[in-house]
Amino acid sequence: MKELIWLVPLLPLVGFLLISLGKSYFSKSLAGIIASAMVFGSFVISLGVFFDVLNGDGKPTTVTLFEWIATADFHVNIAFLVDSLTSIMLLIITGVGFLIHLYSMGYMHDDEGYAKFFSYLNLFVFFMLLLVLGDNYLVMFAGWEGVGLASYLLIGFWFKNQPYNDAAKKAFIVNRIGDLGFILGIFLIYTTFGTIQYSGVFSEAVNMADQSPTIVAITLLLFVGAMGKSAQIPLYTWLPDAMAGPTPVSALIHAATMVTAGVYMIARSNILYSLAPETLGFVAIIGGATAVFAATIGIFQNDIKKVLAYSTVSQLGYMFLALGVGAFTGGVFHLITHAFFKALLFLGAGSVIHAMGGEQDIRKMGGLKKYIPITYMTFLLGTLAISGIPPFSGFFSKDEILAHAFNVNPIFWVLGVLGSMMTTFYMFRLFFLTFMGTFRGTEDQKHHLHESPKTMTIPLVVLSVLAVIAGFIGIPHVLGGNHWLEHFLAPVFKDSAIHHHGSELKVSTEYALMGVTVTITILMILFARNKFVTKRFVPADDSVKQGFIPRLLANKYYVDEFYNAIIVKPLNGLASFSYKFLELKGVDAIVNGVGKLVVFISSQARKLQTGNTGFYIFAMVIGILIILALNLFNK
Amino acid sequence: MITTTLLFFPLVIGILLFFLKGENVKKIALGASFVQLVLGVTAFVQFDKKQVVAQYVTNIPWIKGMGINFHIGMDGISLILVLLTTLLMPFIILVANRNTYKNPSTLYALMMLMQFGLIGVFTSQDAFLFYIFWEIALLPIYFIALLWGGADRIRITFKFFIYTLAGSLLMLAALIYLYLQTPLPHNFSLQALYDLQLTEGTQNWVFWMLFFAFAIKMPIFPFHSWLADTYTDAPTPGTMLLSGVMSKMGVYGALKILLPIVPMGVNDNAHIAITLAVIGVIYASLLAMFQKDYKRLIAYSSAAHVGLIAAGVFSMTYNGISGAVVQMFAHGISAVGLFYVVDILVDRTNTRQLKELGGIRTVAPVYATSFMIIMMASIALPLTSGFIGEFLLLVGVFEYNGWLAGFAGLSTILGAVYMLKSYQVSILGDKSSVSDNFFDLVWQEKVILFPLIVLIFVMGVYPKPLLEVITPAVKNLFTIMEVTIK
Repeated sequence: MKELIWLVPLLPLVGFLLISLGKSYFSKSLAGIIASAMVFGSFVISLGVFFDVLNGDGKPTTVTLFEWIATADFHVNIAFLVDSLTSIMLLIITGVGFLIHLYSMGYMHDDEGYAKFFSYLNLFVFFMLLLVLGDNYLVMFAGWEGVGLASYLLIGFWFKNQPYNDAAKKAFIVNRIGDLGFILGIFLIYTTFGTIQYSGVFSEAVNMADQSPTIVAITLLLFVGAMGKSAQIPLYTWLPDAMAGPTPVSALIHAATMVTAGVYMIARSNILYSLAPETLGFVAIIGGATAVFAATIGIFQNDIKKVLAYSTVSQLGYMFLALGVGAFTGGVFHLITHAFFKALLFLGAGSVIHAMGGEQDIRKMGGLKKYIPITYMTFLLGTLAISGIPPFSGFFSKDEILAHAFNVNPIFWVLGVLGSMMTTFYMFRLFFLTFMGTFRGTEDQKHHLHESPKTMTIPLVVLSVLAVIAGFIGIPHVLGGNHWLEHFLAPVFKDSAIHHHGSELKVSTEYALMGVTVTITILMILFARNKFVTKRFVPADDSVKQGFIPRLLANKYYVDEFYNAIIVKPLNGLASFSYKFLELKGVDAIVNGVGKLVVFISSQARKLQTGNTGFYIFAMVIGILIILALNLFNK
Repeated sequence: MITTTLLFFPLVIGILLFFLKGENVKKIALGASFVQLVLGVTAFVQFDKKQVVAQYVTNIPWIKGMGINFHIGMDGISLILVLLTTLLMPFIILVANRNTYKNPSTLYALMMLMQFGLIGVFTSQDAFLFYIFWEIALLPIYFIALLWGGADRIRITFKFFIYTLAGSLLMLAALIYLYLQTPLPHNFSLQALYDLQLTEGTQNWVFWMLFFAFAIKMPIFPFHSWLADTYTDAPTPGTMLLSGVMSKMGVYGALKILLPIVPMGVNDNAHIAITLAVIGVIYASLLAMFQKDYKRLIAYSSAAHVGLIAAGVFSMTYNGISGAVVQMFAHGISAVGLFYVVDILVDRTNTRQLKELGGIRTVAPVYATSFMIIMMASIALPLTSGFIGEFLLLVGVFEYNGWLAGFAGLSTILGAVYMLKSYQVSILGDKSSVSDNFFDLVWQEKVILFPLIVLIFVMGVYPKPLLEVITPAVKNLFTIMEVTIK
């Protein structure tokens, strides 16, 4: 199937073109069918490719389509690289992507922009596939910026609403900040290695001196790109706002796929990062800090999607923590399990919002369990998975990350456990407030409550199965497994493996760590249950004045306000100063001044031309006298 | 032969149009511009990519006593600019046809003469001829802006005219000096000037004289202050000529005259030139951010792009210079597109003020999407035409100095800021008073915008045909510079 790899991104692109150009010629429902069929087609081919790789010899395959940009000394192709990492990413993008397309057919059913929505979704899938398929950094960058465009279009999908457009614009601009870092990293790769093709760069890099400052610079620049796309401190602020987009978009783009592009990029460049331990340390710190920081905000959010958004930022932090401690497989493992359970949770939230007639405030929900049982069951499974209860998928991936973190530095482990504690708490807070207790909404809403249609519940069921079992691809040796994923990905990470010869954890230590985290998680669930079910606590209305810390957290540490004050306002001030002062009073005034000076001098000179013959003769005589006098003195 | 036809055909048509009246002038001008396009494409298709020297050459003595020849031809760089000129001209005329202007025959005649001047500049192989065409190209656009411009046109066009003329005079002086350095009998051919063995000191002051001429024309910071007023005040076809094609004259001059004739002068002073260019990129982006008038905003954004092209030229790298040529082509397309979508907006709403607009997309989705695509090309989204050039330019600047590239790269962020902000304010949002009377694109507008959009994608995905033509010419440029430096 590898020779058909070009069809994988092409199908969604064709879908995008068909729908966007032809939507006025065919019925609305056909748009959704075309879009879903295209992604399903890509999924089938991706499955074939996956089995090819699984049964292959572990060597990557390159498929070159055509020469893209070439000058006298720069050369890059539109070419695809197929190896185990790519094949897994393909399955997630097209698999989860297809389920979300299916779901959207129900969720977006009554929207006037139905066809447009599906064309954008297909466009997104195309760019996302390009991102993971590229055999060089520039194709990755093309996909990278392309998914940014798709994200912009989908966040601002309801474009009549200017705050949504603000959110879309913010996402694009913050991502562009990251992208500048990324592209500068690509330039430095090019000037250092003379190529930007992975195979060339990585084989050269192995020969580079350990800890060369250039490699550190390259990896840091690339990581700036990852911070933007994967919403890490300090560039995470766009992701919570991005919840303005329709919920399937939040599930697909802002949870399962696009935001994990930064993780993919670092995993892909693992050898470069292994050669730059300083950068890896930095990645771990940023990841760990983001995991905890975002989780604290998540505890105090009352919008169902905002809770999940901060949870996503936090879980992405986990993935970077994994990469930073050298657990590349762990990072990808968590990327996979997270894609399943977080897509599930977002789609579940969408189903809740659907049932509630657009309401997103969990304080106004409660007791939904009996009205929407499928959503309730699947949401519970997702919540258990993200909390890391064995044997749900999140347990295995989180455990692997925590074990590696402990091995590198126990402080990273403490950060991870703290984040995990809070995650369990805010997820069960969300779960209990939404599904347990009694209904707190209006009578109108109560009458309207209903389970979602099959197109929406089937994806929920499929994803919940995946969220439960996906962990089994990476059962650790201590639990008697043989970590299939690690073996599968080993060819991609083999060069890095040499650089991480940390001692293995003792089996007893691993058991102890596992025991501690599971115990803490269970305690947190009981704590949340006690608070929100037994004591029926409901967070206060926004009008109630709160203490300092809850207020600080509910307002997300005022980071947006802070950025506004230190970046946005000064930048606008600079623009205003440049125009009003530098340009109008400076540059242009000088040019006009020179012009006026010339006019002035010539107007003065013109006055000598009086037309009076007497004056001319007089001037001539004076002139002759001066010349004579000068001659006289010179002698 | 093809070069001669490309050059004189618009002159003949232009003169003819002066004497015609009525609706016919529109059709004749459009027909002529299509003939030119066919010629331009033919020249492009038949171009021998292996040859580095100029092709389609005509060389006959003109003023024998002074060693001036009527010597025209095209190398890869000339060809790209000739192709750009002939490609944009039908679009510009179609845009003009959408409006009614007083004295249309004069307007179309001037546009034809403009094309004559531009193609002359881009094909001259003789320095004197180059200078003559350089000045010829200035006159029609001056009259277009003066006769069909906005309220303040007299002051604005006067400033534009005097400013660029002052630059040209410095160039003329420098060219005459260079001419006098050629072995007897003196001659003005570019090749003879390339062969000159000038001392480093001489190269330095000649560099500055030529630099001012080209810097004003592009323009490079701080010689840009004529631009915003002129672009904003000129009628839309005039603005398109200015930003789409004419702004490339300065860059072309730098590539064809400055770099090969005084390479040591460029080498010694490139750090100043490239710094000014990069400052200009950021400065123009900041100015664009502050604009309340849509056309003026696009004018400054155009200045920012041309600034980056200049930076690529003075990076003196293969990638920077190849990027400059590609980007000249790509920018021509996106600038014409952008000015056109804004023109449609202004035409239907009678305002250029951003804050008076809004809600357009609710009633005109096709228009809004076309606008979006052209905007994405302008902010260099990969797989659009804008990306290829901007990427290569920034690579070139990076090879020159990483920090400078980082600084210049800020324009990719600022560009997104002012473009998305203005688009949001004017096109997105709920229905407004201006959107009520707005209607979506009509076929005459689609005929203009859709081919531009197709070009944007084709160039972004498959720029190979352009790069194949450019690469040998850029290599040849470096060969000339190295010979002279040694």
